[in-house]
Amino acid sequence: MSVLDRVLGPRIPKEEMRVSGGLYRVPLRLLTGAAILLLVSLLLPYWILNLKAPQYPDGLTVTAYVNRLEGDVAELEGLNHYVGLGSFEDAAVLERSIAVYAIVGLVALLLAGLLIHSRWVLVLTVPAILFPVVFLVDLQYHLYQFGHDLNPAAPFNLDEFTPPFFGPAEIAQFNTLALPGPGLILAFVASGLIAYAMVLHRRAYKPLLEALSEEG
Amino acid sequence: MNRDSVAPWWRNRAVMVGVALVAALSLILTACSGSNDATYSGIIEDRGFTDDDVTAALMTYLPSGEHDDYVIFASGGHSGQVHVIGVPSMRLLKTIGVFTPEPWQGWGYGNKATDEVLAQGNIGDREITWADTHHPALSETEGDYDGDWVFINDKANARVAVIDLRDFETKQIVKNPVSIVDHGGTMVTPDTEWVIEGGQYATPLGWEYAPISEYNDTYRGMVTFWKFDRDSGRILEDQSFAMELPPYWQDICDAGKLVSEGWVFCNSFNTELATGSGTDGSGDPFEAGASARDNDYLHVINLEKAAEIAISSATIEVNGFTVIPLQTSIDEGLLYFVPEPKSPHGVDIAPKGDYIVISGKLDPHVTVYSFEKIEKAIADQNWVLEEYGVPVLDFDATLEAQVEVGLGPLHTQFDDKGYAYTSLFLDSEVARWSMGPPYRDSFELDGTIGIHYNIGHLVTAEGDTVSPDGDWLVALNKWSIDRFFPPGPLLPQNFQLIDISQEADTNEEGGMQLLYDMPIGFGEPHYAQMIKADKLSPFEVYPEIGWDPATMAVDPNAPMAGNERVERNGNEVEIWMTLVRSHYTPDRIEVKAGDHVTWHLTNIDTAFDATHGFSIPGYNINVSLEPGETATVEFVAEDAGVFPFYCSEFCSALHLEMAGYFLVEPSE
Repeated sequence: MSVLDRVLGPRIPKEEMRVSGGLYRVPLRLLTGAAILLLVSLLLPYWILNLKAPQYPDGLTVTAYVNRLEGDVAELEGLNHYVGLGSFEDAAVLERSIAVYAIVGLVALLLAGLLIHSRWVLVLTVPAILFPVVFLVDLQYHLYQFGHDLNPAAPFNLDEFTPPFFGPAEIAQFNTLALPGPGLILAFVASGLIAYAMVLHRRAYKPLLEALSEEG
Repeated sequence: MNRDSVAPWWRNRAVMVGVALVAALSLILTACSGSNDATYSGIIEDRGFTDDDVTAALMTYLPSGEHDDYVIFASGGHSGQVHVIGVPSMRLLKTIGVFTPEPWQGWGYGNKATDEVLAQGNIGDREITWADTHHPALSETEGDYDGDWVFINDKANARVAVIDLRDFETKQIVKNPVSIVDHGGTMVTPDTEWVIEGGQYATPLGWEYAPISEYNDTYRGMVTFWKFDRDSGRILEDQSFAMELPPYWQDICDAGKLVSEGWVFCNSFNTELATGSGTDGSGDPFEAGASARDNDYLHVINLEKAAEIAISSATIEVNGFTVIPLQTSIDEGLLYFVPEPKSPHGVDIAPKGDYIVISGKLDPHVTVYSFEKIEKAIADQNWVLEEYGVPVLDFDATLEAQVEVGLGPLHTQFDDKGYAYTSLFLDSEVARWSMGPPYRDSFELDGTIGIHYNIGHLVTAEGDTVSPDGDWLVALNKWSIDRFFPPGPLLPQNFQLIDISQEADTNEEGGMQLLYDMPIGFGEPHYAQMIKADKLSPFEVYPEIGWDPATMAVDPNAPMAGNERVERNGNEVEIWMTLVRSHYTPDRIEVKAGDHVTWHLTNIDTAFDATHGFSIPGYNINVSLEPGETATVEFVAEDAGVFPFYCSEFCSALHLEMAGYFLVEPSE
């Protein structure tokens, strides 16, 4: 058995497919569904920051997509310089520039995973499973940087602080509330679907693999 | 108002609601606290309030943050401005700079665009820095307010201004080329195609001189129809025209609507052709001379036909402005007169356009004409000619009804129930009367309510449109006498809010209740219009950064973040500066004495209410830049010295730091 065969795993006999095809189709459909969810998430906000202050009765909002910021960014940029906070422009530049390619890459890996019937499929799917967690870790890292890399020449001095990636915080007269966006929620759902698909995948192919190794 | 004579309070629904509320809250509060002093009932008892007082308070109070249902645009009288007031709270929201400089809005203090609008109102080379604003007119679509524009006239100098209600700023002033003084403006036709400016004191046309002995032959009245173009938001002077009228003193006008659309009605006084009294004892003073006859003339003008004649060859030019001669108007059937009770003031068209209501201030009646009967009298040629050859229609043939309302009736407004409201100057009252079919059963007086004092105009909610709302009436009183603390011998006028939502039989004052007094301490407002607030949709901030309010578009030359700079070309210095909380960029400018400075400014802030000022001491410069706005200041740096310019609008915690140095180095 060649290395390629080992990686690709066993093909499903026609008779087996006819009798219990659902066993094999469900994990493939879950992977396909997860791939679609990830693509859709590109169009949706991943992270939403609501800010309230007395002079902004309607509040301010920053909406983070994987590759850009929307909402009251200009207004907040104007306020950031008072308290020595950095510019949003300078935050997570690398991540924002590669995010779309990265997610398309994750989707491509998932689609490639449709062909793999061995455990090696995990190599292709684990990045997508971990993706939302990696997003949050990266976000928290940048939030830490944001709250610690304060400009000492700013007119108004803040103590260093670390805003949480979800939940409430206070910055000067602002009460903030950070929430996951629908894009991130989709990425988490996709992550869960892929993990579940992997369980079903293993359950479906294990007998075939064992049969194959017995033959081998 | 005699409170003892009021109808039983349980018959007034508003009072009932008020009393029920107070009673309920009192019970709750008493139950909670066990103490009476700080409760509603305690306050009511301590201050000796009547049920009506409590009702008035409950009907006009707005908790913080709540907005009024209606907005009044009131003439600013001598201030030459327009006041914006919320109803029912009667809170002043803004004073719009119109004909006169207004420092807060930087209206006429160096902002080139505002200086240019004000200069449109110059008379020759003379700057006119006051105006006697009289009658605001909201723009209409199909006879109903549309909330897009408001117009106002300056009686003192025969000028008309155009205010854009997207940003509540004046965009244009036109000076009447024919007449030096006006009164009967502004009113608009049902689709705001024409803005009406009626004259007042007859003068030789074109601001010319003629001795008073030539009064009958040379002095003339006039009415001007300004063509308004919605797309450009401007009056088009070259498509506007005036009509020459006999030297009677024309007073207020109103535009016909629905069945009478295309016609305009103006009344007049001094049909006696009085010319005043000289020091030699000749002639009567105008007061007597101009009110000697029993009748004056309601002018009935066929505007639709006049607009056609205006573009024909049957016109003359006065100061480059198209004028239809009196004889042409007579020959073409553009002008008819109807006798009206002497010295009339108001002429008001009923909501369906069918009745014309006249109040002769020296006659206790309102006189109601039928437009249908006027048309018939014209068709029947049921007229006699007056001395200038204008057909005078038969009074009885055009009359619909007369209602005795009280002494000194001036102006009339309408509601949604078929009632009309007429101000009674001498009686210091508002009369409520029923109009006959198709509005109500018959023409009759329903009751009056006392006001304080000497009412001029009155305004009801959308009360001169095709669909009045009723609800509220504001009496625009000339005198306040004892209503407020007297701030010296010059007293404020008094706007009094009256509830007209109830039927006439709910109390002995025609169902009306006085709710609130608002002192007006900045000139004598004449007329006001009240529009439903939800018809107005002003900008919260300008739509884009670099917005020029004069063109209502982005100025491609506006300074933007990143392209701030100073360029010098000989002794021409041009500056592109941005403003944002809390700094100017750049904030140090150096020029030489005698340099011609062109200073462009853009407020690049976009937050609601983040307005910045720009003021240079000693140069009489103060500009208001609302979020997104761009403006240009142009001046010669005549005085050498160091001038700290600063933001004159408290914009942020670092507002005081929002400053810079303008250094003018002495030239050798």
